[in-house]
Amino acid sequence: MMLRQDLAIIRDWIPQGAQVLDLGCGDGTLLAHLRDNLGVRGYGLEIDQDNIAACIEKGVNVIEQDIDEGLGNIADQRFDYVLMTQALQAVQRPDQVLSEMLRVGREAIVTFPNFGYWRVRGYLFFKGRMPVSRRLPYEWYDTPNIHLCTVRDFDTHCQKNGFRVLERRVLNHDHRSALFSQLWPNFFGELAMYRVTR
Amino acid sequence: MFDPTAPDSVGLVKPALMHFDEPLELECRRVLPSYDLMYETYGTLNAAHSNAVLICHALSGHHHAAGYHSPEDKRPGWWDNCIGPGKPIDTNRFFVVALNNLGGCHGSTGPGTVNPETGQPWGPDFPMVTVKDWVTSQARLADRLGIRRWAAVIGGSLGGMQALQWAIDYPDRIGHAAVIASAPKLSAQNIAFNEVARQSILTDPNFHGGRYYLHDTYPRQGLILARMVGHITYLSDDAMRAKFGRDLQSGRFHFGFDVEFQVESYLRHQGETFSRNFDANTYLLMTKALDYFDPARNFDNSLETALSHATCQFLVISFTSDWRFSPERSEEIVNALVAVDRDVSYAEVDTDKGHDAFLLDIPEYTRLFGAYMRRVADELENA
Repeated sequence: MMLRQDLAIIRDWIPQGAQVLDLGCGDGTLLAHLRDNLGVRGYGLEIDQDNIAACIEKGVNVIEQDIDEGLGNIADQRFDYVLMTQALQAVQRPDQVLSEMLRVGREAIVTFPNFGYWRVRGYLFFKGRMPVSRRLPYEWYDTPNIHLCTVRDFDTHCQKNGFRVLERRVLNHDHRSALFSQLWPNFFGELAMYRVTR
Repeated sequence: MFDPTAPDSVGLVKPALMHFDEPLELECRRVLPSYDLMYETYGTLNAAHSNAVLICHALSGHHHAAGYHSPEDKRPGWWDNCIGPGKPIDTNRFFVVALNNLGGCHGSTGPGTVNPETGQPWGPDFPMVTVKDWVTSQARLADRLGIRRWAAVIGGSLGGMQALQWAIDYPDRIGHAAVIASAPKLSAQNIAFNEVARQSILTDPNFHGGRYYLHDTYPRQGLILARMVGHITYLSDDAMRAKFGRDLQSGRFHFGFDVEFQVESYLRHQGETFSRNFDANTYLLMTKALDYFDPARNFDNSLETALSHATCQFLVISFTSDWRFSPERSEEIVNALVAVDRDVSYAEVDTDKGHDAFLLDIPEYTRLFGAYMRRVADELENA
């Protein structure tokens, strides 16, 4: 199975047999892939009924739970890795979710659309309107993305809270990780990917 | 609406009786020297005997889970919407076994059957049976039917408790447990409702200390009351409002104590129908089995330790408006399973139908349950 580039990077970050929790696991594609290729044991949290059904069909452990209501039901350091792919910007309190991720997991893997990406900046600068793009396809009034941030914002947040960034990658428009985007991630990176720990 | 010849019906079915002579030691330390279990099966057991599924019934259920006993039957078995060709428990793929539990009143040995030692109905002398005892007796039925390992054990409410107990007591004999609208143990409020139901039966003048069979009567009023209070707890406030509101039978107040509101009429009707078809001693026993259920008790009151003995995969489903066994109770099971690293999927189905929802055809529920069972069947066929 061919994985999306961002998911393939996450796969490379996770060792064989790890215990994984995937927040907002979608249709379970990543968890199924990690299970089949790395013998990972995992659970996904999800609230969308179609996604829950899709996970069940794949035999992926899925639990209906709203991330915004916290992870209080999960013990400290229960997991090796807690993942959240492209959902950080859609939760009520990203700061609380991040610290919860690092409470229940040894490491957290987070990806989000970088609002500092040059096309986003250009959209706002030239059109004077809230950016709408392939990765941010909503209008300002109906967007679920209520807490957009930039690579620099995230770096600052990690620094302030004593989170160590173990790896950072950004992908450009074509889901590639080109040289420019590694040099100036906050400008050329469209999707940001982090592996952090306390 | 109900049709035995419909392509998704198991059609006409016949119950069977299995006799057991091996004494059964019960949790209450008494022994049943011999007993019968009434059961039905649907579908075909495959050559490897690996496609068997056990259906565990709830408080007032029995072995007749699907299909019809005669073409004249007005209604099919109690879980017909889930069991049949192409339904979530697909009888084209699974061999389904449903039984009447010990202490029941639908053919299995219980208070209403004759105690061979006295030649009289057991009545109040029938020993207290627990969920664990039922599971032991179900394992013996499985032995007789040539089923070493269930592909899945499935149950709602009290039935879900049996599925949990199976997972803990016979980890090598169960592949999947589906625990629907259930709880790891009753709350004080749950026990309180059961106690009201029991007291209404026990204080009925026709109860005769449980020996009403000898007086050619039965505690009808007590059973009616027990069912009425039970029924209120199976529905949600919203569902009752939608179904009855404050509608009046005749459109005006009569300023008396006869039936005036629709909801009163409904409850009385439910109670009366139930009282004609259910044995009072069985009702007492089943409610006690519910009260006593607490698998964590044998493991230092740790549900996690209890469930760490399980090796099967779990499906847990709850319903948003179920206040008898609320979603939080199902989540206790899920949290314990995640803590001890067991495979589990959990869904909280959005519905206003209350506890009763587990018996109903709710599209989202049917879809998730069906998806899970298809996965179970696929696993078997690819094994």
